[in-house]
Amino acid sequence: MIFGIPIQAFAGQLLIGLINGSFYAVLSLGLAIIFGLLRVINFAHGAQYMLGAFIGYLMLAHFGITYWPALILAPLVVGLFSVVVERFALSRLYDVDPLYGLLFTFGLALVIEGVFRYYYGVSGNPYPVPTLLAGGTNLGFMFLPIYRGWVVVASLVVCLGTWLLLEKTQFGSYLRAATEDPKLVQAFGVNVPLMLTLTYGLGAGLAGFAGVLAAPVYQVSPLMGQNLIIVVFAVVVVGGMGSILGAIVTGYMLGLAEGMTKVFYPEASNIVIFVIMAIVLLLRPAGLFGRDA
Amino acid sequence: MAVTPANATTSRASRIEAALLALGIIVLVALPFFIYPIFVMKMMCFALFACAFNLLLGYTGLLSFGHAAFFGGAAYFTAHAVKEWGVGPEIGILIGVIGAAVLGVIIGFFAIRRQGIYFAMITLALSQMFFFFCVQADFTGGEDGIQGVPRGNFLGLLDLQDPHAMYYFVMANFLLGLFCVWRIVNSPFGMILRSIRENESRAISLGYSVQNYKLAAFVMSAALAGLAGAVKALVFQFATLTDVAWQMSGEVILMTLLGGIGTLVGPIFGAGFVVALQNMLATSAFPVTIATGLIFMICVLVFRRGVVGEIYAWLERRNTGNR
Repeated sequence: MIFGIPIQAFAGQLLIGLINGSFYAVLSLGLAIIFGLLRVINFAHGAQYMLGAFIGYLMLAHFGITYWPALILAPLVVGLFSVVVERFALSRLYDVDPLYGLLFTFGLALVIEGVFRYYYGVSGNPYPVPTLLAGGTNLGFMFLPIYRGWVVVASLVVCLGTWLLLEKTQFGSYLRAATEDPKLVQAFGVNVPLMLTLTYGLGAGLAGFAGVLAAPVYQVSPLMGQNLIIVVFAVVVVGGMGSILGAIVTGYMLGLAEGMTKVFYPEASNIVIFVIMAIVLLLRPAGLFGRDA
Repeated sequence: MAVTPANATTSRASRIEAALLALGIIVLVALPFFIYPIFVMKMMCFALFACAFNLLLGYTGLLSFGHAAFFGGAAYFTAHAVKEWGVGPEIGILIGVIGAAVLGVIIGFFAIRRQGIYFAMITLALSQMFFFFCVQADFTGGEDGIQGVPRGNFLGLLDLQDPHAMYYFVMANFLLGLFCVWRIVNSPFGMILRSIRENESRAISLGYSVQNYKLAAFVMSAALAGLAGAVKALVFQFATLTDVAWQMSGEVILMTLLGGIGTLVGPIFGAGFVVALQNMLATSAFPVTIATGLIFMICVLVFRRGVVGEIYAWLERRNTGNR
């Protein structure tokens, strides 16, 4: 017993919180990367997450492509689609106020979600847990479904991998430099427009990856992304978009905070992240890891 | 601030707006005899909502992604007051407007701490929080909403159950709201708001307490959006979660963007167009969200100034060309 609550229930909610946190982390990481370089808030991030899950689902239903290849292929498809969008539309909006990028991607999200809603309705489609990760294991204090453990591990690996890509590779150093001063980097002979395109594809691909990862946990539905994205926005406001690591850490922390609230005061679990956001805005308007005032 | 509002301050544009307004009022008075009155009333509610929203985006340069909270919140307050407390429509609307203003103070207080896209994200998050509050609170009736709201008698005299009486009651509210917007925009206060939109740091350096002005603009915009929502609750005699959902915040942005950010007439045009389009698509198989999203994308890519804004810009270009 912890604070009068059975430890199983406590640990169970904490795990759910950690899983939600995993998705918050991957999604806010993608948003932060895109925002860092493109100065665009990608409202379509939720739709791209849904797209990833749906492509995984459709691959299985129509082509018999199983979970593991889908985990690679679906993010690639989402990334490619987003690269096309960036090239032909989003790139025209870099010279105008960033708000227009937000509004454009908002429209894009409505279209993507509308199309899937039109063809597949609003009900969820179950996606089977891959056999390798089926079942669960008893940890002594709680029962851990293996797939849920895998979600946490996979998201950690992806976050760490992305962080290494940005911090330790040449592409990453160019990208960080271009975030600071795109004109100067361009003058050094780096193809900045290409980097912008790749970055948008990378961010969207991360959302697509999160979508496939989420498919067996939540049901695959056209609306799965739209409420999530608003929570992720709040996560991003709390973390501040100045730092990649900040986005990741904030994602996990807020997921856990949400899980804890479910234990102690379930009525508030929907809004706890927004409340935290309000408190952070009062005490530290730039966000926990933010640099800009 | 690089949101590109059309320059509506030129005398030509303002003369056109005055002429359009006079024409519009005449048309409005005659309209219920030709078109289904409820439809026009709906248009007026959304037009006022869009104008209230435009007060913030077009004249102060703040993009709120949470205006549904004020619109739908006021609808709930008014519906509850009229139905459960038995107050008249005028008091009910007043309660709705005050409620929306209070919500505006709360949300605005947090939101003005950040600028630009952060402002948009914060307003979106806080209005979503209000949405969840409305889902769980008792007085909103949860998923069912508040149904069967009586229209009552205006000042105890005019029975609003009569469609034409209700129509002119809505029209009066609509014109009152528009007048408020017009008065605010064309006041010294409105000039300061515009200076904040154009160059916030300079406005600060000139000694204006920018944060207070922003909050004031936010609350006024929220109150006027509340007026629109309160009236809508009486027109349709219900208040539901649809009006507080984020999709509604998106819709009002679209109306304003499509018509012309920072013009007085633009949002009215945009609201009329979007409401008519939704009405048309409601009977067809084509989903409204896809149409809405497509218009958003086309608008942002092709004509950021909006329909009315582009017309102004074209007139201005022609003007300078002649000179």
